[in-house]
Amino acid sequence: MTSTEKNIEFPQSILDECNRVIQLFPEGKQKSALLRILHIAQAHFGWLSVEVMDYIARMLHIQPIEVYEVATFYSMYDTKKTGKVKLEVCQTGPCMIEGAERIITHIEKRLGIKVGETTKDGIFTLKGVECLGACGYAPMLQAGENFHEHLTEEKVDALIDEYRANPTANYMGMIND
Amino acid sequence: MTKKLLLENVHIEGINSYDVYRKNGGYSAVEKALKKMSPDDIVEEVKKSGLRGRGGAGFPTGMKWSFLAKPEGVPRHLLCNADESEPGTFKDRYLMEKIPHLLIEGMILSSFALGANQSYIYIRGEYMFVLRILEKAIAEAYANGWLGKNILGSGFDLDLSVTPGAGAYICGEETALIESLEGNRGNPRMKPPFPAVQGLWQRPTVVNNVETIAAVVPIVNNGGDEYAKIGIGRSTGTKLISASGNINNPGVYEIELGLSVEEFIYSEEYCGGIKNGKKIKACVPGGSSVPILPHFLITKTAESNDRLMTYESLAEGGFATGSMLGSGGFIVYDEDQCIVRNTWNFSRFYHHESCGQCSPCREGTGWMEKVLHRLENGRGTMEDIDLLWDIQGNIEGNTICPLGDAAAWPVAAAIRHFREEFEWHVTNPNEATKRNYGLISEKVFEKVNA
Ligand SMILES: Cc1cc2nc3c(=O)[nH]c(=O)nc-3n(C[C@H](O)[C@H](O)[C@H](O)COP(=O)(O)O)c2cc1C
Ligand code: SF4
Ligand code: FES
Repeated sequence: MTSTEKNIEFPQSILDECNRVIQLFPEGKQKSALLRILHIAQAHFGWLSVEVMDYIARMLHIQPIEVYEVATFYSMYDTKKTGKVKLEVCQTGPCMIEGAERIITHIEKRLGIKVGETTKDGIFTLKGVECLGACGYAPMLQAGENFHEHLTEEKVDALIDEYRANPTANYMGMIND
Repeated sequence: MTKKLLLENVHIEGINSYDVYRKNGGYSAVEKALKKMSPDDIVEEVKKSGLRGRGGAGFPTGMKWSFLAKPEGVPRHLLCNADESEPGTFKDRYLMEKIPHLLIEGMILSSFALGANQSYIYIRGEYMFVLRILEKAIAEAYANGWLGKNILGSGFDLDLSVTPGAGAYICGEETALIESLEGNRGNPRMKPPFPAVQGLWQRPTVVNNVETIAAVVPIVNNGGDEYAKIGIGRSTGTKLISASGNINNPGVYEIELGLSVEEFIYSEEYCGGIKNGKKIKACVPGGSSVPILPHFLITKTAESNDRLMTYESLAEGGFATGSMLGSGGFIVYDEDQCIVRNTWNFSRFYHHESCGQCSPCREGTGWMEKVLHRLENGRGTMEDIDLLWDIQGNIEGNTICPLGDAAAWPVAAAIRHFREEFEWHVTNPNEATKRNYGLISEKVFEKVNA
C-alpha cells in the first residue's frame, strides 16, 4: 500500500514541532520521535492516512512499513477517518461500577450511534476504551486531549452541545472535570 | 497525622510552578547532592532507605541501581516509567500534575547517581495534558540551570525530555517501554539480556516508576536512615495509594507503610468508608493484576492478624488468602457488585492489551474473556468454571513477560474465593441477569480450606 503521492503538506508550525521533537534524541536515533510525531500529525489531520504516514517515514528516513506497524499497534492512532471529536468512554472495572455503561447508553441514544460508529454529520465518534488513570473520578471520558470526569447524563449533554458548536476545542490542551 | 514526604506541599497554591516549588525548599536535594555527595553516596543512601520500586514489583531500588553495567565509553540511561495503565492506578498522574518539579528533581538526583546524561520520561499517550505540564516544568528547570551542561558548576550534564506512548498497557513493562521509546511496537523482549546490561539502544538502562524516582528527593534531603524509620520491616517509607470504587472519598493518598487496612478504608482521613452505608464485598488492593480479597480477608488475614498496608501483610497467606500491594491501585467493591462481571471486565482488558507474541497469553486471554462473558450472561456451565481454572493455570508462568500472569491471577483469585457466586450464575441464569449475588459466605470458604 505504499503511496508515492507527495501532495500532502505539513504546515511550517507542525514541521517545527516535529523537528523540535526529533532533536530530543541522539544523532541516528530519530526514530524514537515517531510516536510523538504520529500524535502531532493526528491532531492536525484528524487521522493517519497512508499519505501522512509515508510523509512521516520520509521525514524520519525510515521505511513506510515501520510507520504502519507502529500506527496499527497502538490504540490511540486512527488509520481510518473518524469524527472530528472522539468521545472515548472508559469502560474498565472501577468506571464500570460507577456507571460507565449508563453513560455509554446515554451517548448512544443522544447521538443515535453505537460504540464504534460516527455521526452522519462527521462530528462525533463514540469509542469504549480501557482505564485512563481517572478511576477515582469515575465515570469519565476523554475527548481529544481533554479528560472529563465525574460524568452525569446532564454533563454529557452539555459536553456534546459544546463540542458540536466548537469541535476543535478537544485539542486545546485544557481539562475540565 | 501521617508523615508526608511526597505530597506535603501539594496543596500550596502554585506549587506546579518553578518559583513556588523553589521557595518551598525545592531543588535543595540537588544542591546537596551535586555539592556534597558522590554518585555512590546517593546509591548508598537509597540502599539504606530500603526504598522498593513503586511501579508494582517492589524490587529494592538501591540493589537495582547497583546492577547497572558501566562499560567504559558507553552512555547509560535512566528512564522514568510514567505509563501508568494498570486499572485502578492514578497516583503517578496526580504527582506529575500537581507537583511536576518533584519528579524532575528526582530525575536529576537519580541520573547523577547512575551516571546518566540523557534521561527520558515515558508517559502514556492519554496523559498528553500531563506531558505538557512536565514540558513546561522541564523548560523552567533548564532556564534556572538545573538541567543542561555543567549543572551548578559540578561538571555533571543532564538532558531530560518526555515522550508519549499511544495507548498500550504493555508499554508499562520495562522492555516493551524501551521498544516503544525506540519508536517500535511495544513487544516485550526476552530476558536476558536485562536492561541493566542492554536496554535503550542496547545501552545499560535503568527503568523506574515515577513515585520511586520522586522518593529519592526526601531520601537525599533527610538521609536514607530517616526514610527507613517510617514503615514496618522491609516496607519502609510512604506510599501513594489511589483509591477508587464504592467508597466515600476516592482519590490519591500518601500513607505511611504500616497503616492498617481498616483505618485506610474507614477513617475520614482516607477512603471514609463504604458509600451509601453499604457493606464491603471485596477489595483489589494493588491494581487489577493482584488477587481480589473477599470481605472477611480484607482487614484481617486468615490468621486473624490485622491486615496492614505493607508489601508483607497484604501478601500474608500467599495466593490462597492474601494479595499484593502492587501499584497501590486500591479498588473497593460493595455488596451490590458482581464478581463474575468484574472478572469478565478485567479479562477483556488483558485480552485487549496482550501484545500477541506468546500463544498462551494471546489465546488464553481471549478464551477466558469468552467463557466469562458466557457465565456472566447466564449461558455458562459448571464445566466452564473448571475450564477457566485450567486456562489461567496454563497461562501463568508460560509467557515472555508477566502480563500473562497478570491476566491469570485475577481469574484464579475470583474463582478461589467466589466460586459459589460463579456456580450461582450457572444454576440461576435468569436471576443472575437481574440481581446480584450479594456477599459470599465465610462458611463455604472455611469448608474449602479445612
Ligand atoms: C504488563 C506490565 C505493565 C506494567 N506497567 C507499569 C506501569 O504502568 N508503570 C510502572 O511504573 N511499572 C509498570 N510495570 C512494571 C515495570 O515493568 C517495572 O518493573 C517498573 O517500571 C520498575 O520500576 P520500579 O522498580 O521503580 O517499580 C509493568 C509491568 C508489566 C509486566
Ligand atoms: S505475555 Fe502477553 S503481553 Fe507479554 S509478551 Fe507474551 S503475548 Fe505479549
Ligand atoms: S477504570 Fe476508568 S479511568 Fe481507570
